[in-house]
Amino acid sequence: MNLKLIVIFLLMLCLGSFALAETNTVNKDSTAVDSIAPPAPVTMFKAFDTPNDHGHSITLNWQLSADDGAGQNSVLQYQIYRWVPYLMDSLTTLRKAMTTVKEEEIKRGHEKVLKKEMRSLKKEYNAVLKELPSAHKAYPNNGYWKEVGKVPAGTKSYKNTGSKEKESQDYLPDLTDFYYRVDAVTKDSTVRASSKVFGPVQCSGQWFNTGRIPVLVAVILFTFLTIYFVEKAKNGAKLYVRPLSGIEAVDDAIGRATEMGRPILYILGLGSVADIATIASFTILSRVAKQVAEYQTELLVPTYDPLVMAVAQEVVKSAYLDAGRPDDYKEDTVHFVTQSQFAYVAAVNGIMLRELPATNIYMGVFFAESLILAETGALAGSIQIAGTDQIAQIPFFIVACDYTLIGEELYAASAYLGREPLLLGSLKAQDYAKALVIILAIIGLIMSNFGWTQFTDLFKVAN
Amino acid sequence: MKRQIPFALVFIFGFFTIFQYFVPHESSEWVYEFLLDWILIIGIFALALGIWSLWRVSIDKINNRRPNWGYSYVTLAGLFLMIIFGFTAKNGDSWGYYFPFVIAVLLVIIMLIQTIKAKGQSKILYIGLALLFLIISILIGYFDKSWSIHFSTSEGLKNTMFQDFFDYILIPILSTMFSLLAFFIASAAYRAFRARNVLATILLVAALIVMLRFNFYLPGAEYFARTSTWLMNVPNLAANRAIVIGIGLGVVATALKVILGIERGYMGKG
Repeated sequence: MNLKLIVIFLLMLCLGSFALAETNTVNKDSTAVDSIAPPAPVTMFKAFDTPNDHGHSITLNWQLSADDGAGQNSVLQYQIYRWVPYLMDSLTTLRKAMTTVKEEEIKRGHEKVLKKEMRSLKKEYNAVLKELPSAHKAYPNNGYWKEVGKVPAGTKSYKNTGSKEKESQDYLPDLTDFYYRVDAVTKDSTVRASSKVFGPVQCSGQWFNTGRIPVLVAVILFTFLTIYFVEKAKNGAKLYVRPLSGIEAVDDAIGRATEMGRPILYILGLGSVADIATIASFTILSRVAKQVAEYQTELLVPTYDPLVMAVAQEVVKSAYLDAGRPDDYKEDTVHFVTQSQFAYVAAVNGIMLRELPATNIYMGVFFAESLILAETGALAGSIQIAGTDQIAQIPFFIVACDYTLIGEELYAASAYLGREPLLLGSLKAQDYAKALVIILAIIGLIMSNFGWTQFTDLFKVAN
Repeated sequence: MKRQIPFALVFIFGFFTIFQYFVPHESSEWVYEFLLDWILIIGIFALALGIWSLWRVSIDKINNRRPNWGYSYVTLAGLFLMIIFGFTAKNGDSWGYYFPFVIAVLLVIIMLIQTIKAKGQSKILYIGLALLFLIISILIGYFDKSWSIHFSTSEGLKNTMFQDFFDYILIPILSTMFSLLAFFIASAAYRAFRARNVLATILLVAALIVMLRFNFYLPGAEYFARTSTWLMNVPNLAANRAIVIGIGLGVVATALKVILGIERGYMGKG
């Protein structure tokens, strides 16, 4: 019985192995790569200098291969090749050598030997760079095709953008002859079709960005409006400007501080001197400081940025001088605190709770600290006036402050405070520009709803 | 002349910046980047002025015993500790006499502060003590080879003391300050959403709808989600864009006023 079982088992094993062998054969056949016919190459291939840029970039356009999304539907991607002379490899070697020397310099310090070596390497590198244009002209000799990028099937263009830094490995020299080709590649990367070679093509920087013509027109128009209204104001025309409660409150707030014998706290925000909101804030600070000097009230200006501090010191000093009280100016009126956002908040909150200022004025660029500052000020019982161009912070200031200048009102504040005809003239120009924007927006809205996009296309700005 | 040169500089560089926006050429970019580098250079010099200002204000507080003057010592100690930690690094496994060195340097600073305030005999005493601690710190620095000073490399930034003070003291303090925002938002929201008049009531209702959109267990959650999306995308976005356009024009107007010399307040010549 047992023998019978063993024989049957062995027989089954043999049959099984045959069956397995059969299956394997089938599997082997199924995994074999189907022979793919080469795809059709891309057509209408052309390369040209990328417009409106600083150079070092070539744009390539083509029509899809007949087998991309149609025909055999075998194209998976397009590989872009640029012909490079062997001289480029010499550059890579020299670049590597320079990197090694730099690393040595970091380790060993600036030794004379290393400096000398670096100088000679740089000299050699520059000499090779000079030979690059002539080496490219030698196409197709002494060079090879190098893959510079790839895009998925269905893509009709590619921008070969290199670096402008001569020591970068992506350096793409201007005014040099380049040759390109595009390969339509199937899932078997050896089965591909190359386009015709396009070249020579050169890249160079442009002197005018035509994509920004709408901005230029707007700037010229606005400049014209500003100059026109400023001249009008100079000639004595009376210009009406809508009163802003936040600005009118500044005078009262300074008066209140004087009556209470408490200081005025002026916060310039976290912006740098390069921010227009901070520049506008300097102007307001100048007016406030002048009035403060006249009333002989104390002014506190803790700053976040040392550069802002230096400018603010000059602004306040000049305001005291203009008010005829240069002796009352103290160097520490404007002082630096820290460049850490929340450490600055802690310091300013400390000042609020210790000094209990009668008035807090927040003008400039504010971020997450706006509400912490304004709420602490409200708890300290100060009158608070705020102005910022940071949209996300405006609601916080509206809630926690007594008066808030919303967005552009911050920029208009200096004109309101000074009431100078020249500044009021520029405000009028701003209002007219706004009216023009509203009219254009309405026209654009109507046109877009009718599907006439030509009008809105006029205002498109390229980067 | 003193006034005209700054205005001429503002005019030239202001117009160049406008010009640069329309000229993508490499040479225009090069000048622009060169000018930006100057901001960095001036900023570094200004930082020295800032530290000097911080020192002056803190010393003034200590000397005049202004409210909470003791904290000024903490400020100065923090400032100098981080400077010391940032420029020194351990060479081996042991710190050696590093901490006595740090204490000696801090004592030099404290003695200098006391010298400013003191008069007569005590002034000489404090100067003497400052010199003594200075000599001690120099001697430790010279003979102790377990750590070294690094001025020209970033070795000091890897100092564990520098990193630990930053990670375990500064970051938690800053996070604490930031977390206060949650409580302030609650108190500000309470004030903003009180239904005092029609507009405030509309604001309250809109805010409730927007807040409730996150509660999926609420009956009619889908309605709240749709309404809040409409509120955010239509009235809110419209108002937002109106402000943005206003800000944009304001920025251009201010920039023009500054470039043309109409606005002079930023130079204190209002």
